Amino acid sequence: MLLFTLLIPFIAAIILLFIKNNKAANITAISFSALTLSIVLCIVFTKTTSIDVAWLPQLNSRFLLQADGLAKILLLLTAVSFPAILIATTSNQLKNKHIFLSLMLFTQTGLTGVFLAGDALLFYFFWELALIPVYFLCSIWGGEKRIAVTFKFFIYTFLGSLFMLIGIIFLYTNTPDHSFAIESFKHATLTSAQQMTAFVLFFIAFAIKMPIFPLHTWQPDAYEQSPTAVTMVLSAVMVKMGLYGVIRWLLPLFPAAAKTASIFIIDISVVGVLYASFIAIRQDDMKRLIAYSSIAHIGLMSAALFTQNEIGMQGVLVQLFSHGINVLGLWIVADIIEQQTGTRSMKALGGLAKKQPTLAILFIGFALANIALPLTNAFIGEFLMFNSLFQFNPWVAFAAGISIVLAAIYTLNMVQKVAYGAVSEKISIMQAPNKYAQAVLIVLLIVVFFSGIYPQPLFNLTADTLQNLFC
Amino acid sequence: MKVIIGLIVLWPLVGFLFNGLGRNIWSKKTVATQATMYILASFVFSLIAFWNLQEHGAMTVHYFDFINTSKFKIPFDFKVDALSSLFLLVITGVGTLIHLYSTAYMKDEEAPHYARYFAYLNLFIFSMLLLVLGDNYVIMFIGWEGVGLCSYLLIGYWFTNANFNYAAKKAFIMNRIGDLGFLLAIFWLIVKLGTVSYGEVLTVESLAKLSAADITGITLLLFVGAMGKSAQIPLFTWLPDAMAGPTPVSALIHAATMVTAGIYMITRSNILFSASDFTQSFIAIIGISTTLLAATIAIKQNDIKKVLAYSTVSQLGYMFLGLGVGAYSGAVFHVITHAFFKALLFLGAGSVIHAMHHEQDIQKMGGLKSKLPITHITFLIGCIAIAGMPPFSGFFSKDEILAAAYEKNPIYWFLGVLGAAMTAFYMFRLYASTFLGKFRGTSEQANHLHESPLAMTLPLIILAVLSAVAGAIGIPEIMGGSHWLSHQLSTIVAAPHKASLTHSTEWILMAVSVSVALVALVIAIFIYGKKADAEPKTAVGKFLYNKWYIDELYNNVIVNPLNRFAGFLKDIIENVVIDGAVNGTGKLVQYSARQIRLVQSGQVGYYILFMVLGIILLFVCWFNDINIMRFFFKLTQK
Repeated sequence: MLLFTLLIPFIAAIILLFIKNNKAANITAISFSALTLSIVLCIVFTKTTSIDVAWLPQLNSRFLLQADGLAKILLLLTAVSFPAILIATTSNQLKNKHIFLSLMLFTQTGLTGVFLAGDALLFYFFWELALIPVYFLCSIWGGEKRIAVTFKFFIYTFLGSLFMLIGIIFLYTNTPDHSFAIESFKHATLTSAQQMTAFVLFFIAFAIKMPIFPLHTWQPDAYEQSPTAVTMVLSAVMVKMGLYGVIRWLLPLFPAAAKTASIFIIDISVVGVLYASFIAIRQDDMKRLIAYSSIAHIGLMSAALFTQNEIGMQGVLVQLFSHGINVLGLWIVADIIEQQTGTRSMKALGGLAKKQPTLAILFIGFALANIALPLTNAFIGEFLMFNSLFQFNPWVAFAAGISIVLAAIYTLNMVQKVAYGAVSEKISIMQAPNKYAQAVLIVLLIVVFFSGIYPQPLFNLTADTLQNLFC
Repeated sequence: MKVIIGLIVLWPLVGFLFNGLGRNIWSKKTVATQATMYILASFVFSLIAFWNLQEHGAMTVHYFDFINTSKFKIPFDFKVDALSSLFLLVITGVGTLIHLYSTAYMKDEEAPHYARYFAYLNLFIFSMLLLVLGDNYVIMFIGWEGVGLCSYLLIGYWFTNANFNYAAKKAFIMNRIGDLGFLLAIFWLIVKLGTVSYGEVLTVESLAKLSAADITGITLLLFVGAMGKSAQIPLFTWLPDAMAGPTPVSALIHAATMVTAGIYMITRSNILFSASDFTQSFIAIIGISTTLLAATIAIKQNDIKKVLAYSTVSQLGYMFLGLGVGAYSGAVFHVITHAFFKALLFLGAGSVIHAMHHEQDIQKMGGLKSKLPITHITFLIGCIAIAGMPPFSGFFSKDEILAAAYEKNPIYWFLGVLGAAMTAFYMFRLYASTFLGKFRGTSEQANHLHESPLAMTLPLIILAVLSAVAGAIGIPEIMGGSHWLSHQLSTIVAAPHKASLTHSTEWILMAVSVSVALVALVIAIFIYGKKADAEPKTAVGKFLYNKWYIDELYNNVIVNPLNRFAGFLKDIIENVVIDGAVNGTGKLVQYSARQIRLVQSGQVGYYILFMVLGIILLFVCWFNDINIMRFFFKLTQK
C-alpha cells in the first residue's frame, strides 16, 4: 500500500511528460492525484504498515517506509493538498502545462517519500527529490524576479540540506551496526559534544526549511515569485518537512542536546513569531502578507515543539494538518483574485463582498481560521501549543500570545481591504470563480470547521506517535 | 432534558445556516419568520429548562469530548443552573423581541442582505448561549470569541462604508486583547489544576491547591478578558464606535447581552474572585472609574446612540463595582434590569431614527412627543428606570449595588451616587432634547414623522413593562420583599451578601441617592426642555465632547508607534539587515565563483551537477572501503 502512494504520482509524472494536450494533462494529473488520495485514505484508516527491502546493501541502507500517526497525518495533508491545488488552478494558463503538472507530481512523490522514509539516506534522497522539481517549477513559471529569487531559495535550502547530509554520515559512522535506519541512529554512541554537533547540523537544515527567524528571508520572496500552485505546495506541505524532521529525527535522536538548546530555540522562535506578525501588518501584497503570517504560525509550532511537552506536541501534530488546509484556502482565494484582476496589491482591491459575495464568504472563513477563532481547526492546535508554552514559561506564552492580537490586526486588515469597502476598479471586472475552485474551497472550509468542532479523529490518528515520543 | 438543552443552542444555529445558506433563495418574509421563530423556540425551551431547574435542581449534560488527549480532557458539556438559566431567559427573551423589531427596522434592505443580517443575529444568539451554557472555561471561551466575531460582522454590516469597517475591526482587536488575558488565565488553571470544568475548578479543594499569587494572577487575567468584552477602562473605546451597526444590534449585543458576558464570567467564578482582595478592589476601582468617566462623556454627546453607548459603559461600570464589593447577585440583578431598560432605550432610539430618516443628532430633533406617542412613553419609562427612580426596576438593582458599596467603603458609595446623578442628568437631557420642546429638523422630516409599525412598538411596550416591574424579582428585605433573585443565586454565589447595615442607614442612603438623581433629572429637563445643547464652547465642554481625547491618546501612544515599529522592522531589519546579510553571503560566493569561473559558471545547474557528482563520489568511496570515511571522521573528531 505504502509503495503505491509513491508510485502513482511518480508514474503519473512520467506519463504527463508525453501528454501535450492541456485538458488531457489536467485530467490525468487530477485523476492520478485523486487516486493517490483514495489510497492514502485507506492507509490512514488501517493499521500501521511498513515496507522494508534492501536498497543499497553495500551501505546497509534500506528502502524502509513506515507510516505512524505523524507520517499518516502529513501523508493525508499531501494527498489532500495536491488534488485540491490541481483542481483549483486548472484554469490557470501556463506554457507547457503538462511539464508543469509532471513536475508537480514529482514533487508529490518526493514529499510523500520524505514523510514515509524510515532510513536516513532514503530520507535525504526524498528530501532533495522534493526540492529539485520545485526549483524548475519556480525558475521556469515564476514571476519577474524568479531567477534571482529561485536561486536564493534553492541555494539556501540546499545548503541546509548539506549540513544535514554531513550529520547523517556522521551519525552513520557512529552507529553500532553501520546502518541508516532510524532505530540504529537512536543507538549511536555519541559524547554530549558530538550529540550537540550532530543536533546543530540537522537543526540548520530543518530551521531553514521551516523557516525559523532569522533564516526565513528566502520564503516571502519565493512565495511571491512562484506560480501560485507552487506557492501552495511550498507553504501547505513543504514547510512541514522541517517540522516533520524535528519530530521524526531531531527530538528522538538527540534528546539531551534538544533539551539544552530548547530555551534558545523557543526564544528565537517566539521572537520570530512576533517579528513576522509585525511585518505582516505592513504588507500590501496579499501573497507576502500570507507568507509572513505563515512564518508566524510556523514559528509558534517550532516553539511548541521544543517545549517537548506532550500537550504541545499534540497541538503541533494537529496543527501540521490544519495549517496546511487553512493556508491552502487563503492561497486559492488570493490566486483567484490575482488571476482575474491581475493584481495582488490590497490598495487596488476592495469590494469583493459586494461583487462576488460567495467568494468573499469563503475568504472570510479562511481568514477566521487564520486568526484561530474557536471552532475552526487552528484553534485546537494553537490552544494546545500555547498551553505547552505556558507550562514552559508563562512570560514566553504571553509574548507569543501577543501574536493572536497581531494576527487579528493583519488578517482583518486584509479582509477589510479586499472584501469590504466600495467596489474598486480592479474588483469590478471579476467574474464568478470557476466552479471547481469554488468547490475545493467549500470542501476545505468544511474540513476547517469539522476538525475545529470535532478534532478527535486527528487526535486518534496521531496518538501512537505521541506515545512513542513520550513513553 | 439533554435534548432540550441542546436544542436551546441548536435552534439559532439552524437559523444561521438556514438564512446564511439560503440568502439568495428565501423571501424576506420567510427569513424574518424563520429567524424570529428559532429564537422564540430557544426561549420556550429555556423556559422549560428553567422550570426543570426549579423542580429538579441544577444539571450538567455531556455531549462529546471537545478535546481529549491522554493528558487532559475538555468535555463539551452544558450546565443549567440558577445563573445560566437566568441569562438564558434574558438572552433568548430580549433576543426574540429584538428579532421581531428588526424584521420591521431592516425592511428596506435587499433580500440577500436582509438574510445576512438575520444569519449574523442568529449566530450571535448561538454564540451567546454557548458562552453561558458551557460547563467549562473553554466552552465559555468559544462563545466568548464567537460573540466577538458576530459583533464584528454586525458592526461592519454595512460593509461598503470604510468607517464602519474600521469600527468593526477596532471592536474585534480590543476584544482580542482581552481574550488573550482570558486565554492565559485558562492556561494557568490547566497548569495548576489540570482541568477547566467549573465543577472541578470552582471548589474549596481547588482553591486550596492554588497559592494566593495564583488566585490573584488568574482572577486578574480573567478580569482583563472581562474588561475587553464588557468595555471597561482601558478597553472601552470600541463600544461607542460599535454604534456603527444597525440600531437593533446595538440594543441586543452592545447593551443587553454580549457586554454583560464579563459580569457573567466573574459571577460564575465568584469563588475565585472572593479569594483575592486585591483583584476585588481592583475591579471595584476600575468599575467606579469607568462609571464616572463614561458618564461625564455622555453628558456632552449629541448623537442619540452615542449617549446610550456611553451610558452602557457607565452602567457596566456599576455592575463591576458590584462585583468588586462582593455584591454578585446585585450585579446580576443589574444585568437583568439593565438588559430590559437599555434594550428598550436603544430600540426607542431606533424608532426615533427610523421616524427621522436616519437622523441621529439630538440637536435636530425635539418635540417628538406628540408624533411618536408610544415611542415617547416607553422611552420615558426607560429613562426613569435607568435614572434609578422608585419603583422602576433600575432603582432596586442600583440600590443593591450602592448599599453593598457603602458597606465596603463609603467613598465607593459617594462616587456611585455622583454617577447616578450624572446618569439621571444625561438621560433626561437626551429625553428632553428628543421629545420635548419644538421640532428642530427639516420640514421634509417633519412631514414624514410617523409612529413605527407594530413589530417595532410591540417590543417597546413589552420591554417598558419589564423595565417598570422587573425590580420585583429583587425587592430588598427592608421593603418587605423576599429578594427572590438572591435566593435563586444562593447556590452559585458562595458567600451571600449579608446586610450588616441598619435599616435606618439603608433608608437614608436610598433617600439620598434618589433625591440627588431627582434633582439632576429636574435640572436637565429645565435646561434642555426648550432648546438642545449647542456645540460646546468651554474647555471642559470640549474636553468631554471629545471624549477626553482618549482615542487620540491611544492612537498617538500605542497605535502609531507600533505601526512605525512594524515599518522599521520591515524596511530596515528585514530588507536591509537580515536579507542584506543573506544576499551578501550569496554575492560573496558568486564573486569567488567568478574568480574560478574556469570551473564554475555561476549557474545553479552546474552547482547541482557538481553536488550530485560529489555525492556520487562519496558513495563510490564507501562502496570500496567504508573505513576511509570512518577514518576521516575520526580525524576530525580528534
